[in-house]
Order: sequence, then C-alpha cells, then structure tokens
Amino acid sequence: MMSNDERLAYMAEQIYRNFAAQGRDMAIASTVDHIVSFWDPRMKAQAFAMLDDPAVRLSDGARAVFEKLRIETGAVG
Amino acid sequence: MTFTREKDFGTPEAMGEAVSLTIDGQEIAVPAGTSIMRAAAMVETDIPKLCATDSLESFGSCRLCLVEIEGRAGYPASCTTPVAPGMVVHTESERLRKLRRGVMELYISDHPLDCLTCSANGDCELQDQAGAVGLRDVRFGYEGENHLEGCKDESNPYFTFDPAKCIVCSRCVRACDETQGTLALTVDGRGFASKIAASQDESFLSSECVSCGACVQACPTSALIENTVIEKGTPDRSVVTTCAYCGVGCAFRAEMRGEELVRMVPWKDGKANHGHSCVKGRFAWGYAQHRDRVLNPMVRGAVDEPWREVSWEEAIAHVASEYRRIQKDYGTRAIGGITSSRCTNEETFLVQKLVRQGFGNNNVDTCARVCHSPTGYGLKTTFGTSAGTQDFDSVQYADVILVIGANPTDGHPVFASLMKRRLRQGAKLIVVDPRRIDLVRSPHIEASHHLPLRPGTNVAMLTAMAHVIVTEGLVDEAYVRERCDTEAYAEWAEFVSDPAHSPEAIEELTGVPAADVRAAARLYATGGNAAIYYGLGVTEHSQGSSTVMAIANLAMATGNVGKEGTGVNPLRGQNNVQGACDMGSFPHEFSGYRHVSDNAARAQFEQDWGVALDPEPGLRIPNMLDAATDGTFKGIFIQGEDILQSDPNTKHVAAGLAAMECVVVQDLFLNETANYAHVFLPGSTFLEKDGTFTNAERRIQRVRKVMEPRNGYGDWEVVQLVANAMGLGWTYTHPSQIMDEIARLTPTFAGVNYQMLDERGSLQWPVNAAAPGGTPMMHIDHFVRGKGNFVVTDYVPTDERTGPRFPLLLTTGRILSQYNVGAQTRRTANVNWHEEDRLEIHPHDAENRGIRDGNWVSLRSRAGETTLRALITDRVAPGVVYTTFHHPDTQANVITTDFSDWATNCPEYKVTAVQVTPSNGPSDWQQSYRAQAEQSRRIEPAEPAE
Repeated sequence: MMSNDERLAYMAEQIYRNFAAQGRDMAIASTVDHIVSFWDPRMKAQAFAMLDDPAVRLSDGARAVFEKLRIETGAVG
Repeated sequence: MTFTREKDFGTPEAMGEAVSLTIDGQEIAVPAGTSIMRAAAMVETDIPKLCATDSLESFGSCRLCLVEIEGRAGYPASCTTPVAPGMVVHTESERLRKLRRGVMELYISDHPLDCLTCSANGDCELQDQAGAVGLRDVRFGYEGENHLEGCKDESNPYFTFDPAKCIVCSRCVRACDETQGTLALTVDGRGFASKIAASQDESFLSSECVSCGACVQACPTSALIENTVIEKGTPDRSVVTTCAYCGVGCAFRAEMRGEELVRMVPWKDGKANHGHSCVKGRFAWGYAQHRDRVLNPMVRGAVDEPWREVSWEEAIAHVASEYRRIQKDYGTRAIGGITSSRCTNEETFLVQKLVRQGFGNNNVDTCARVCHSPTGYGLKTTFGTSAGTQDFDSVQYADVILVIGANPTDGHPVFASLMKRRLRQGAKLIVVDPRRIDLVRSPHIEASHHLPLRPGTNVAMLTAMAHVIVTEGLVDEAYVRERCDTEAYAEWAEFVSDPAHSPEAIEELTGVPAADVRAAARLYATGGNAAIYYGLGVTEHSQGSSTVMAIANLAMATGNVGKEGTGVNPLRGQNNVQGACDMGSFPHEFSGYRHVSDNAARAQFEQDWGVALDPEPGLRIPNMLDAATDGTFKGIFIQGEDILQSDPNTKHVAAGLAAMECVVVQDLFLNETANYAHVFLPGSTFLEKDGTFTNAERRIQRVRKVMEPRNGYGDWEVVQLVANAMGLGWTYTHPSQIMDEIARLTPTFAGVNYQMLDERGSLQWPVNAAAPGGTPMMHIDHFVRGKGNFVVTDYVPTDERTGPRFPLLLTTGRILSQYNVGAQTRRTANVNWHEEDRLEIHPHDAENRGIRDGNWVSLRSRAGETTLRALITDRVAPGVVYTTFHHPDTQANVITTDFSDWATNCPEYKVTAVQVTPSNGPSDWQQSYRAQAEQSRRIEPAEPAE
C-alpha cells in the first residue's frame, strides 16, 4: 500500500495519464485545471512540498503537473 | 389521513380516442380500449368483481361482473368487453343479480365462514362482493367436497398463504407474471382440483418467489396476507411516503394502526413504481423498531472506553466545544462532515451548510463519493448536468436496452420489473457484465448479446463499440451536426476509428469475441430507440468517469438522447444519492452543482447565510482519511453513513478514524464506524420525519412522518442543535422551510415547495420558470451545456494487476434481499435469504484449489485478508470471483484497495487482484476486529437520578 505522499503523486500521475491522448502540453494543462477544481489547499501544499523535497521521487508527468500548478496558482516556489 | 382503500377501476387505463356510451342511463366518453368495467367505475358505478383489478390485464374468470348490453345476446363480462360507440349498458337487473348471486354461492360454498375471526375482516373483497350481490343463503351447503382443509404455507417470513381461503381467481399468478415478471406462481391441477402453487409446488420460501408482495397485494381475500396484519389487525389510517431503500424511490402507503406501522403497501399513484414494490420496501422495515436501535446520545473520552449515556444538551454541547477546540488547535480546515444518501434532501442540505457556514470550510462529502461521483463528473462534462436523462417510464418506448455494470433485478427490482415487461414485449437486450446476471436469461427474457468482459475493461469495450458505429457508418450524422460540438465529435471519431480500438484488437484484453461486440454495437446503433442503463459496475473503477463519458459518447453518436425510449440512465444505489449530490454535498460545489470558486454563486450563499465562504474546494472522504493519518484532520461529523464497512481498504479507514480526536456518528445503530466514534447521536428513521428524497429520475418526492421519532428528534433537528450550539442561530421549525431555502439558492429547484409537491405528488428537477411543472426528460432540443461534448476516452488499464500471488480478479456487488452495508436489512427477516456473504467462484478455479461448495476459504489481496464460504457457480467466468458486502463479519472491504477513479476518487471496488485458498477459520484481522468491536460497543449503565 502507498504512503499518503505516494498516493497524492500517484493521483496526479493518474489524472495526467487519462488526459495523455490530448498530447503532453494539453494533458499537463488539463491535469492542472482538474487539480485546481478538485484538490483542497492542503493537498496542493503537499504537492509543492514534494516538489521541493529532493528525497521525493516524482514521475515526469506528476512533476510537470505540480510545477505548472505552482505557477498557475501563484504559490511561492 | 384516515384509512381509505385506493379506488380500483378493475382494468388498466387505455389510451385510445374518445368513445361515447351510456351506462345505466349516464352518458360518458372514455378512451377506446377501455373496458366497460372501468368506464362504469369512472362514473362511480362499481360493478361487482373478484378476478379483476386495475393493475392487471382483464381475465374474465370469475363471471361476477356480467352486464347487459342492448342489442347483444347474453351477459358479457364487463372486464373483458371493451366499450364501443353508442353502446348502452345496464349493470343492474334482476337477472344479473340472480346470476351474480349464483356465482357467489359457488365461491362461498367452498370458503370458510370465519369472517369475524379472519385477519382480513373488513378488508376483504370477497366479503364486500358477497354483500354487494345480496347473498343471503348458499343453496349448496358447506359440507360438500371443498378445500377448507388445505394446509397453510407459513414458510415466508412476511406473508402466509392459506389455500382454504383461496378462490383461485389467478390474480396472484397474474401479478407475479405481469407486475413482477418472475412467473413463480401457477395454477396447478384442473377443474375443482385447481390450486395455486409456487414453482414446482414448493413452499413459497424455497420457490423462485422473490417476495415482492405483488401477489399479496392482488389477492382479494386473505389467502395471501401479510403476517403483520395477522398479528396486529387491519390498519385504521394511512400516510403516503417514499421508500428509504434504493434509488428507484417507490411511493408507499404506510398503513398504520395508531402509532404502529401495520404494513407498507405500494402506492398506485407513485410515479416511479406505479403500485409495485420489492421485498425490501414492502416488508423489510422492521429495523425501525429493532432492539439494536440506540435512542439516547452517548459520549466517551476515548474509543477504548465504554459509552456513557448523556442528555441531548450535554452531547450537543460536547460536540460544539470539541469542534471549536480542534479548530483552535489545528486550524479551520481540521474538521469536516459527511452527508448521507439515506437522509432527506433537507438534512443533507443542512449538514453541508453546517460545514460551509459553521465550520468555515468546504470539507463536506457524501457517500456518492463511493458510488456515483463519476456519474456527476461524466454527465456534466458531456451533457452539462449531473443526472440521468429520462424518467423510468421511458423504458416502455425503448427498442434496444443496453445494461452495463448493473444488476437491476437485484439492485433496482421495481424498475427491473418495468424493464422486463418491455423486454417481454419484444425489446432487444444487450448485457455488458462480467457476471451472468439474471437478466441474461430468465423466464420469457433472453439477452440478444451478453458481453462478459474482464473486469476493468469497460472503456476498451465501449470504445470498440464506438469504433464499429463510426467505421461502419452507423452514426446519426444529422443529430451530431445539429446537437453536438462537431469539432469535439471529429476528434473523437478519429480517435475511435483507429484500428487499435477495433473489437478484434481488444478481444484479448476484454476476453469477448470481436464478432459479439460488433453485433451488439450494430444492434445498439440501428435497432430503434436505444437506452443505456448502468450502475456501479461502470462507476466503481479507476476509469469510472471515463466509462460514463464513453457511454454518453455512444448515445450522442447514435442520436439516442432527448427522446422517449433512449438516454443515459444511471441506476442510483441509495434512495437519495441523486438528492445528496444535488444538495451540495460534494466539497467542490454548492447545491445545484455550482463550483465554490464561482464568485456569483458564492456571493448568493454568503448573502443568505451572512458569512464569508471558503472559495477553495474541500477534502473528499479518502483525502480526509489521508489527512487524518497525516495529523492535520482531527474531527468529523458523519450522518447516516458507515464508512468503516462501506469504504475501501478498511484498515486505512480505521487508521484514519483512530487518528481523529472527535468523531461524531449520527445513526440508527452503533454501526462499524461508531467503533471509532467519541460521540454517538441517535438518528431517526424515514418513518419518523418529514422531508423529501430525489430518486434516480431526478424525481423529488415527499417523505412524511407517520410516527414520532423514537430518539426524540428528526435528523434535521439534531443538525440544527449542533449548528446553534456553534452559534449559527438557525430557526427552522419544519423541513418545508429548509426546502424554501434550497429553492431560493438553487436554480434547478427554484419552483419546488411542499405545497406543490403535495398537489402534484412529485416533481422532476429542473423545476423553475422555464419548466414550472418539472422536467421528466432532459436535453430534448439542446443539451444543458449547449452542444453535446464528445470526450476522447483513452483506455488506461488499472494498476491493480493480477500475477502469480494474486491470480484472480474479485468484483463485488449486492443481492436482492440485502441493502448495502446491511445495517437495515440484516435487522429484518431478509436474513432468511442471505445470512452471510458468499464468494462466488467458477468450478474450474474451485477445482484447481481443492475447494468444494460451502467450504470456508481465505480471500486475500494486497490490502488484506478475510474468510467466507465458497459458492461454486458458472455465473462468474474462470479467473473472476464475486462477493457481496452486506455483512460486517466478512468485511469484504478489507480486501479492496485504495485505487480509485482518476477524476473523482470513487473507489475501484470492482477490480481487486486476489488469491483464494481453503481456510479453517477467521483471518487475524477478523479476529482482532471482532474483539475491538466488542470492546467498543460497551455501554456504561446510566447513573440513577438523584
């Protein structure tokens, strides 16, 4: 079973994979839109914390999504 | 309301052109096809009858309803003779009275003369008709050959069959055939030896009878009668209300004697059920009086302490003070709530209001999270609104019915009966389901195609069907051009046309022969009006939302939205899943599905409620549990939901609950979740409060209080007590005022109020200025979102994979006699039919493992292990096993994982990789869980008053 951090990263990756047929850029954008609409502030903050933690291994998709999410929401990097 | 029998017109309504005739000197115009009996009843002339009732086709066997027609010879039966223009009918004459008395004499000569001690005394059509025909004597005596010594069949826990009182009118047989569609009853023998028999002359309990009660309702004597009437006597008043089981939303007459419920009788004017019922709604209401009900509030400091009964004042003050303490210590977002799909619209609205207005956050979710949240997402994205498109009656106009991931005869039995009637009339059926559900082949019904796909491959299957429709030129191009976003369509059509999505390409994946998929797709696209009905076998997957959208794509591509007999129809699991979603129970949206970040919508609520509201989405149930184990979520209010039993990965749910500091459970019983609660607030049943439920057709119906709440308060009152203890100052004195607030704040409910509901019986939303009488069918001329939106649904396999350790796929579901976690039905005689969860396993898989029918087996997944008994059956394919989740002793959700739908986090209940092995006894988890539950349910005796 996954840890909570792993599960959050997995969720982002899973959303991204379901948008993948749109092409990478659109898929990332759609995933970010989805997260903005459905994730609470704590989950978004947790995502940013994982971005900043060198010990956390994120998939390329999840990392790209979280990075764009941080820019879109104006969160401090 | 005092007790009155529903008027019986004798034969069903007809729909033809008006025909004029004269009955007993009275001129009347009725639709062509109407029987003389019905026409007479319409002018308050009740012709004597026994074998006729207006829920069944006329039969003409009792010969009591004879009439005279001028210009015609003889005495035709009025039930089987249709009206004709200019017809002159006489219903009373000396000759007719003599004939009727003669018929009645024959009946009575073979009927016990025990009216005064008969349980149907005063509620017996035979008794009434004997009076109506003026029977004063029986020339044949009572001592001849008769059936008076027939043995009663008391096998069914809910009703008794007494053949001595049977007049063999066949109403029960015809009700089983026509109304229920099970065909379990027959008339056995011929002539005087004729008798009613269940299946092959078996007892009712062991026969194919599904205990829907249609035969009991149809019986004109007490040959078939509810045991509660035998025990309590006939009712003296009745109240129309709505069933609290599945999403069909059957209307019932709660027939009372004083404060005691005698029986629930399906209401003929109920728009969802038209006078039919199932074993749950009709009979399984005894839980309301069950000794397990907890009627006093209870509090404890820690979950390993015994419960302490306290006053309502102390309990409510404790809840408010704990929630405020937690918010002070951990922040505003550290608490939340869960609304219940079993509670009323008004109650769910209040719980989400408590969270948004009182808690100051959007941490509110509902049990739809674990069932139909993908429906909300999928249909809103494609059509523009989060609801099914049709009313139930629409199925009567369907030529092709596609059932995917649903088992209507078990989950939605009353609607299934309507569907089966249409299938018997000749509509074609396609079933897409890993399991051979009853609909695939049952009396007089056989699916044209059963596609037994491998669990988890719905999207691949639906895309393959779309591939056939697009590449074989079966798209309704005019419809798509006029009604849909053509750019989105073009993109989708290109995607599905890819040979990689052909039935041949996905055959290995789904396990279904390509030719079958092609044939089913052709039938769906070309067979006339095609309707799709789906259930949790669609939504409870990692691609649940994609599957809903793939279904919507199919319907749009073939022009099957916006007219009778078509549409996309989610079969909702619980009585008020639709309503709970409508009422703003999701953490990202207010009532009416408006996002919390929508400034205009939020401003409307802020103005009405007098507080600033959080524009950020809140936590979903699984996110709440994650946050709890992370230490940031500390308190929860759970109304009418048992997340420990119903939600996936039980161990994680338990860990989340255990990590909280104030878990408040409001329920009828100390459910499994209450094992981890600090405060227990007693709940009230649907019989004890006013409100509304909204069924799967968006039909809003009244729930009416028939008795005082045994716990002292309706659930809406309890939420108000908590709100006011937190300083919110609510002043509702009746749920109608809550509905007025809902209407004020929810555009799709703008025209709803109790007066209108009482006048019309029910309303289907949207109800507003554009549709003041409601909306039975949606998207008629245009989609709610404007143009229908085709969405590319790429198949993404679940990450839950089989392998050497877990080679089988487990899928879960429910059974007719039980309901969800079983909290209600396990406390009724329904346990006679399902006393434990069983594991269905294919004979090959059982043989390979040395498992015999009835053996205890261990069921193990990556998440956990449980034990239950095996049921060997070829209903499931090799490699697939199936079980229900009705019993906490089994804890099927110990096995399910925390994989979920990508868009909504709806759990992937339907796909879990497992291994099955012989077992000797309960798993370690089951043993430790039982011990914990036992410890947790202790109640300290209340201290005596000074």
